[in-house]
Amino acid sequence: MVRYIANKFFYMLVSLFILISATFFLMKAIPGDPFTSEKKVPDQIRERLYEQYGFDKPVYQQYLKYLGDVVQGDFGISMKKINREVSDIITGSFAPSLKLGLVAIVVAVIIGVSFGVLAALYHRRLLDNITMVLAVLGIAVPSFVIATLLQYVFASKLHWLPTMGFKGPLYYFLPVAALSAQPIAFIARLTRSSMLEVLHADYIKTAKAKGLNWIAILFRHVIRNGIMPVVTYLGPMTANIVTGSVVIEQIFGIGGIGKQFVDAISGRDYPVIMGITIFYGVLLMIARFITDIAYVFVDPRIKLSKGKEG
Amino acid sequence: MDSNQVQVMNSPVDLKPEDFKKIGADEKQAEVIQRESISALRDAWQRLCANKLAMTALWVLGFIVVASILGPFISEWVHGYDYYSNDLLATNESPSATHWFGTDDLGRDMFVRTWMGARISLFVGLVAACIDLIIGVIYGGTMGFFGGRIDEIMNKFSEILYSIPYLLVTILLLVVLEPSLGTIILALTITGWINMSWIVRGEIMQLKNREFVLASRSMGAGSGRLLFRHLLPNAVGPIIVTVTLSVPNAIFAEAFLSFLGLGVQAPVASLGSMINDALTGWLYYPWRMLFPATVISLTMLAFNIFGDGLRDALDPKLKK
Amino acid sequence: MEPILQVKDLHVSFQVKGGEVKAVRGMNFEVGKGETVAIVGESGSGKSVTAQTIMRLIPSPPSIIRQGEILFQGQDMLKKTNKEMEAVRGKDIGMIFQDPMTSLNPTIKVGKQITEVLIKHQKMTAAQAKREGIEMLKLVGIKNAEARFNQYPHEFSGGMRQRVMIAIALACRPSLLIADEPTTALDVTIQAQIMDVMKEMQQRLGTSIILITHDLGVVAGMCDRVIVMYAGEVVETGTKWEIFKNPQHPYTKGLLRSMPRLDQKKGEPLIPIIGTPPDLIKPPIGCPFAARCEHAMKICEQIDPSATVFSDSHSARCWDLHPMAREGGQPS
Repeated sequence: MVRYIANKFFYMLVSLFILISATFFLMKAIPGDPFTSEKKVPDQIRERLYEQYGFDKPVYQQYLKYLGDVVQGDFGISMKKINREVSDIITGSFAPSLKLGLVAIVVAVIIGVSFGVLAALYHRRLLDNITMVLAVLGIAVPSFVIATLLQYVFASKLHWLPTMGFKGPLYYFLPVAALSAQPIAFIARLTRSSMLEVLHADYIKTAKAKGLNWIAILFRHVIRNGIMPVVTYLGPMTANIVTGSVVIEQIFGIGGIGKQFVDAISGRDYPVIMGITIFYGVLLMIARFITDIAYVFVDPRIKLSKGKEG
Repeated sequence: MDSNQVQVMNSPVDLKPEDFKKIGADEKQAEVIQRESISALRDAWQRLCANKLAMTALWVLGFIVVASILGPFISEWVHGYDYYSNDLLATNESPSATHWFGTDDLGRDMFVRTWMGARISLFVGLVAACIDLIIGVIYGGTMGFFGGRIDEIMNKFSEILYSIPYLLVTILLLVVLEPSLGTIILALTITGWINMSWIVRGEIMQLKNREFVLASRSMGAGSGRLLFRHLLPNAVGPIIVTVTLSVPNAIFAEAFLSFLGLGVQAPVASLGSMINDALTGWLYYPWRMLFPATVISLTMLAFNIFGDGLRDALDPKLKK
Repeated sequence: MEPILQVKDLHVSFQVKGGEVKAVRGMNFEVGKGETVAIVGESGSGKSVTAQTIMRLIPSPPSIIRQGEILFQGQDMLKKTNKEMEAVRGKDIGMIFQDPMTSLNPTIKVGKQITEVLIKHQKMTAAQAKREGIEMLKLVGIKNAEARFNQYPHEFSGGMRQRVMIAIALACRPSLLIADEPTTALDVTIQAQIMDVMKEMQQRLGTSIILITHDLGVVAGMCDRVIVMYAGEVVETGTKWEIFKNPQHPYTKGLLRSMPRLDQKKGEPLIPIIGTPPDLIKPPIGCPFAARCEHAMKICEQIDPSATVFSDSHSARCWDLHPMAREGGQPS
C-alpha cells in the first residue's frame, strides 16, 4: 500500500521534472531571443535586459536556476506586462477558473452518475435509449460548438442567461454546461456499462437470495460497485475540464487563467507560457495522483494485487 | 424389484405391439450440426451491416469525404469563386443563391472554405491516426512480443510520457516550431501513439499464450512469422476500432489548437480555425459559425458512432 | 416423512428471440424434513432453473412460470408477492451457488456480508449480528474467525469462500438449503471438505437440502434420494441405493456408465452418452431421450411415456419398462 503510493508519487515527480525540463529547453530552442523581434532596442538596454533575464549566463546555469526558481513557485517576469511576475498573473486569474472547474466537475459527476444509473436500471427502454443518444452527442460534439450553441439559444435568442462575463450565479450556467457536457456523457456511459455488469454479477443473486429488498441491494451492492470505474475517470476528467476551460473562457469572456494562456500564446510571452504550462502540468498530475490513490480506497482488491507487484 | 410388482399408469392411447418395434438411437439426428459456419470477419461484417446506425454514420462519412474533395470545385465551376478570391463589397453576407453558405468577413465564399476546411481537418485527423497506428503497432508489438525486461522498460517510458498532459506538450511544441500542417501533425502524434501501443501490447500478450500460437511456435515458426501471421491479424479488430476513434480526437485537438492560434495558419483554414474566426460577432453572422460547426460535429459524431458500431460488430461479447 | 417442499407440475419457460424455451416441463417432487435430495442431469436439463424458481430468483422477463405449484411449508411460493418472498429468502430457504469466486461482493468485508442477512431477518443489533456471524464462521470451519470476519473476499481461497457462502445461507437457520452445484468450481480435495461441512451443518441444524449437481460422486456421498432430470422432465427418481444399484431409465444407466468407479476393471472404457439434448424451443412430442436412446422404439418418438412405479420411492419414465415392450415387441 505505502509502496504503491510511493511508486505513484515517484512517477509524478519524474513526469513533472520532464515537463519542466522540456518546457525550458524548448523555449531555449526558439531561434533568436524574445527581444530581437521587438522594435530596435539600443544595445545598452538589451544588455540590461539580458542580465535581468539571465540570458548572459551559460545554458546549464540558466537551467539550474530555472529549476530552483520553479520549485519555489517563481516563474520569472512577464515579457509583455511590465514588471508583472508570472506567479502573480497565475494566482490573480486562478480564482474564476477554479470556481468554474470545480462546479463543472461536481455537476459532471452528479448528473453523469445519475443518468448512468438510471439508464442501466431501465436497460433497453426509452430512458436508456435517450441517455445513450445524448451521451454519443455529448462525446462527439466539440465543447466549443456546444458552448456557442448554448450561447446562441439561451443568451442571444431567449435572453434567459447572460451572454458574457462572470459576475454572479447566473453566469455559471452556460459555461458549466458547456464544460461538463463531455464528462457527463463519458461518466454516464461508463456508469451504465459497469452497472449492467454488476447487475448481472453472481453476488447480486446472492444478495437477492439473502432476502434483501431491492432498495438495499441497489444502494449497498449495485451502485457502490457500479460507480467504481468513475473514480478512474476523475483524473482524465480534470484534464478534460482544464483544457476545455481554455476555450470556454474565451467564448464566454471569462478572465481566468485560460484566457491568460491564450493571450500569452498569441503574444509569445514565453515566461507566462512556461509558467502556465507547468502550473497546468502540476494540477493535472496531482489530479491523476489523487485518482490513483482514491481508487485504492474504493476498491479493496487493488491493495493486495498492486501493492505486491509495485 | 421384479417385474411382477411393476405398476403401469394408464396410457392415454391404445398401444399396439408394433409400436414397440425397436429403432435404436438416431445417431445422425443426434450429431447433426446446427448451423453453417461463417468466418469471423464475414460474421463481423454482417453484424456491422445490420447495424443501421453505424451504416448511416458510414454514409455520412462518405458524403463528407466526397464533399470535401468535390465541394470546392463545385463553387468554382458554378460561380467562379475559388478558395482565396474575396469580394470586399460582399462581406458577412448571409447564405444566398451565389454564396450557398454565405461569406466571411473578407467576403470569401463560405461554401468553398467550409469544404476546404473539412478537407484539411480530415487530412490532419487521418494522417495523425495513421502515424499513431504505425508507431503504436511497432512499439506495442515489440513490448507485447518480447515481454520481460524490454517490455518493462518500454512500458515505463510510455507511462511517463503519457502522464504528461498531451495538450500541453502539443502546445509547447507548436509555440516553438511555428504551426504548419506538418508541425501540427507532428505535435499531435508525439504522444498520440501511446494509447495504440497499449492496445496492441495487451492484445499481443493475450494472444501470445493462446494454443494456436504455441502450436505454431512449437513447429518452428520464426518471430516474424508469428508476429505477422498469427498475432497481428488476430489483434486487428481492436486496432481498427482504436484508429477509427482516434481520428475524431485528432480533429478535435486540431480545432482546439486553432482556438489558441496554434492551428493551421491563414489564409489556409481548418474547420476549427474557421469557427475561431467566426467567434467575433458570430451572434450577428451565425452562418459563419453554423456551417463549419455542423460539419465538424457531424464528422466527429459519424466517426464515433461508426467506431462504436465496429467494436460491437467485431466483439459481440462486449455488446450491452 | 413429512414433506416441507412439494413441487407440483411445474412448467417454466424462457422467452428468447426464436420463441419460447421450455426449460422445465412438468416437474414433480417432494423434499422431506431433514432429507437431502439430489437433482442430477446434464447442463440445460432444467435443474438450476427449478432451484431458482423455488426461490423465485430467475429474472422475469425473460422467464415465465407457465403453471404449477411450489408448496413450501404449506404455502404456495408462486402466489407470494415479492415483498413476501423477501421474508422467506435467506430466512426459511438459504441458497449457495456454483462459483464461490464471484458469489461474494468483492468490495464488502466478509463479515458484513454475513451480518447483513442476520440484521435483516433476525432483527439483531450490529453487535449481536457480529457475534453470531463470527460463530457461523467458526461453525463452517474457518479458523481465526475474528480476524477473518474483517477481511475481503479476495483474501479467501475458493473453498474458504464457499464456506462463507454456506455460513451466509445458514445464518438464519433456514429449514431448506438449496445448493446449486456447490462444488463444481472447486478442486476435488476441496469438494470433499465442502460436502463434509454441509453434512455436518445439516446434522447440527436439521436442515433439508436440495443438491443440484451433475457429479454422481457427490450424490453418492451425501444424498438420501436422487431425482434424474432430462430435458426439463424427471425421468427417474428413487433412493440413492435404488438409483445406483438398480437404475431403470436408459439415461440414468448411461449417466452411471459414463462415471468412473473404483471397482472398474482395468481397461474397461467409460461409455459416453452420444448426441446432445433436444432443442427445447420445439421439444419432441415423444420421449425426449428417444433420439439418443439405444433402446428407442417406434412409440418413443410418438408419445412421452408416463411413470412406471417400482416402489414407494422408485419410479422411471420409459416405454421400455412397459409390459408390452417385454411381451411382443422384440422377437429378434
